[in-house]
Amino acid sequence: MKNMKTISKLEIIIKKCYGNVVFFLLRGDSPLPDITAGQFVQMRVENNPNVYLRRPISIHDVDYQNNTVSFLIQEIGEGTCSLGALAEGNAIDVVWPLGKGFTIANKGDKVLLVGGGIGIAPLLYLGKKLKENDVDPVFLLGGRSAKDLVRLEEYNGIGEVFITTNDGTLGEKGFVTQHTLWNDRSFDRCYVCGPLPMMKAVAGMAKMKNVWCEVSLENLMACGLGACLCCVENTVDGNVCVCKEGPVFNINKLLW
Amino acid sequence: MVNEIIKLEGLTLKNPVMTASGTFGYGLEYADFINLEDLGGVVVKGTTLHHREGNPYPRMAETPSGMLNAVGLQNKGVDYFVQHIYPAIKDIKTNMIVNVSGSTIDDYVAAAEKINELDNIPAIELNVSCPNVKQGGMAFGITCAGIQQVVTAVRKAYKKHLIVKLSPNVGNIAEIAVAAESCGADSVSLINTLLGMAVDAETRRPKLSTVSGGLSGACVKPVALRMVWQVYKAVKIPVIGLGGISSATDAVEFMLAGASAIQIGTANFIDPAISVKVARGIVEYCERHGFANVSDLTGALQQ
Ligand SMILES: Cc1cc2nc3c(=O)[nH]c(=O)nc-3n(C[C@H](O)[C@H](O)[C@H](O)COP(=O)(O)OP(=O)(O)OC[C@H]3O[C@@H](n4cnc5c(N)ncnc54)[C@H](O)[C@@H]3O)c2cc1C
Ligand SMILES: Cc1cc2nc3c(=O)[nH]c(=O)nc-3n(C[C@H](O)[C@H](O)[C@H](O)COP(=O)(O)O)c2cc1C
Ligand code: FES
Repeated sequence: MKNMKTISKLEIIIKKCYGNVVFFLLRGDSPLPDITAGQFVQMRVENNPNVYLRRPISIHDVDYQNNTVSFLIQEIGEGTCSLGALAEGNAIDVVWPLGKGFTIANKGDKVLLVGGGIGIAPLLYLGKKLKENDVDPVFLLGGRSAKDLVRLEEYNGIGEVFITTNDGTLGEKGFVTQHTLWNDRSFDRCYVCGPLPMMKAVAGMAKMKNVWCEVSLENLMACGLGACLCCVENTVDGNVCVCKEGPVFNINKLLW
Repeated sequence: MVNEIIKLEGLTLKNPVMTASGTFGYGLEYADFINLEDLGGVVVKGTTLHHREGNPYPRMAETPSGMLNAVGLQNKGVDYFVQHIYPAIKDIKTNMIVNVSGSTIDDYVAAAEKINELDNIPAIELNVSCPNVKQGGMAFGITCAGIQQVVTAVRKAYKKHLIVKLSPNVGNIAEIAVAAESCGADSVSLINTLLGMAVDAETRRPKLSTVSGGLSGACVKPVALRMVWQVYKAVKIPVIGLGGISSATDAVEFMLAGASAIQIGTANFIDPAISVKVARGIVEYCERHGFANVSDLTGALQQ
């Protein structure tokens, strides 16, 4: 069955470094499972004995024809730095695909995909899936500085891209919520992934403008399978597992 | 052919490997990775009489070779279990064991009575050792008087195999095990998590919402092994060993130290298929060392 979760060894075919962000293109040892945009994997860190648990990483892009999948990893601690140190030819052990991804908009919907920092990662595959459904994705991507926004050409390839940086090195200066686009355009749906304060700010805008909005949460995880109840978010339905019921949630489920 | 069957007072296991409560959901969460029927048993999530929301987030922190958790027995209560979860797991052909917790003796008894009615639940594991809720049973599990009270009461209400899960957060665990045995426990399992704490120096805050929580994973293994050995020497009932088991070799070590069966907890998070690999590895060990029965490993430590 294709929609089952599985453990795979994925071989690194291409590695590219963008400052402290590493891009990996990996090839599966068997046909890829069915993947929804917004789903994630749990990566085992086998090259560092100090790292015990797996690390959750979003699926950045999928190519069924070539049986490849890609990830963007920001090196922020021991686990992500050790993953980032892997080389082409090395393999990564992943448990996947995990969680519930984004809801694909209806044909003709006007959609905005808002990404902050490494949170831009899952929006690429989401943009592609939207496009397949005849929805034109508009991206609003924010970073502290120009160097935080990587692989912009890929996003440009599938939709309009608007940018903000805190230091003004690219696009408009400021936060994503301050972009002039919010005054000029209206949207039916908004998808958000990034740092928590940024997602809360965008969710606030969406609520004010009465726009349907989904966000992708990054709670701490142990199992990633809905078994340990470590990753819960308090929602209108009580504490629910972000790894299983999320990581994507409609903001009307959250107590923000 | 190595004989893998393990017999614990009225409870027969296909092999000595079970999965530990709170780390394996209701088993179904792992069904994509392994055949649950290849396990000796599955101990499902801690169940209480009433619905519990558990502790606030954050509930976990990674530590060297282990983790702390402060889940706090989040579950929907025993009635929900009976109506909605039991039907989904009752036909899985392995021992589906329910881990029962409570804050009062009456709660334990009421929950145990309801589970006693379920034909395909052959045993309960009494959790008198949860460190994560104020009255999560640890109050009962850390004194002989407390354990006698709760085991005596549940023994009257529960007719099938009664496992009592012991807390390592005590001075003399053998004494506590003997108290559980004297009040009618059919077996004891140990260890539950060790009380621990983690601090984020950068933010100067505790990493868990509850400040302290339960330590598990590879780092607790030496402590667990020592306690299994002590308890094995003190009681006649079977001992189920757990705490940091991550490989077949670990499992064999626990059996040599006196465990009749073992449970795998946190290691499931690192390899969701580890439990069946451990079961296979134990058989290979027996073949290599000429043991005809896996049960012959129990207590075979040479001194
Ligand atoms: C669903 C999901 C998708 C993610 N997608 C990506 C992605 O595509 N690219 C990427 O670079 N990062 C992503 N992250 C964040 C990534 O998991 C963390 O940066 C990583 O776990 C940090 O590990 P570390 O050992 O480097 O850092 P440390 O700070 O040393 O980690 C210590 C502990 O905290 C946990 N932790 C620390 N930061 C986070 C965080 N932000 N989210 C969850 N757990 C954290 C670690 O897993 C570990 O258990 C995602 C997180 C989640 C939950
Ligand atoms: C996230 C988590 C939740 C747990 N929940 C329970 C529980 O509900 N009931 C219980 O008796 N033990 C619970 N435990 C303890 C484990 O069953 C086990 O005793 C402990 O983790 C030691 O074994 P390990 O090192 O193999 O994980 C939990 C452990 C973890 C890590
Ligand atoms: S991480 Fe274990 S339930 Fe979500």
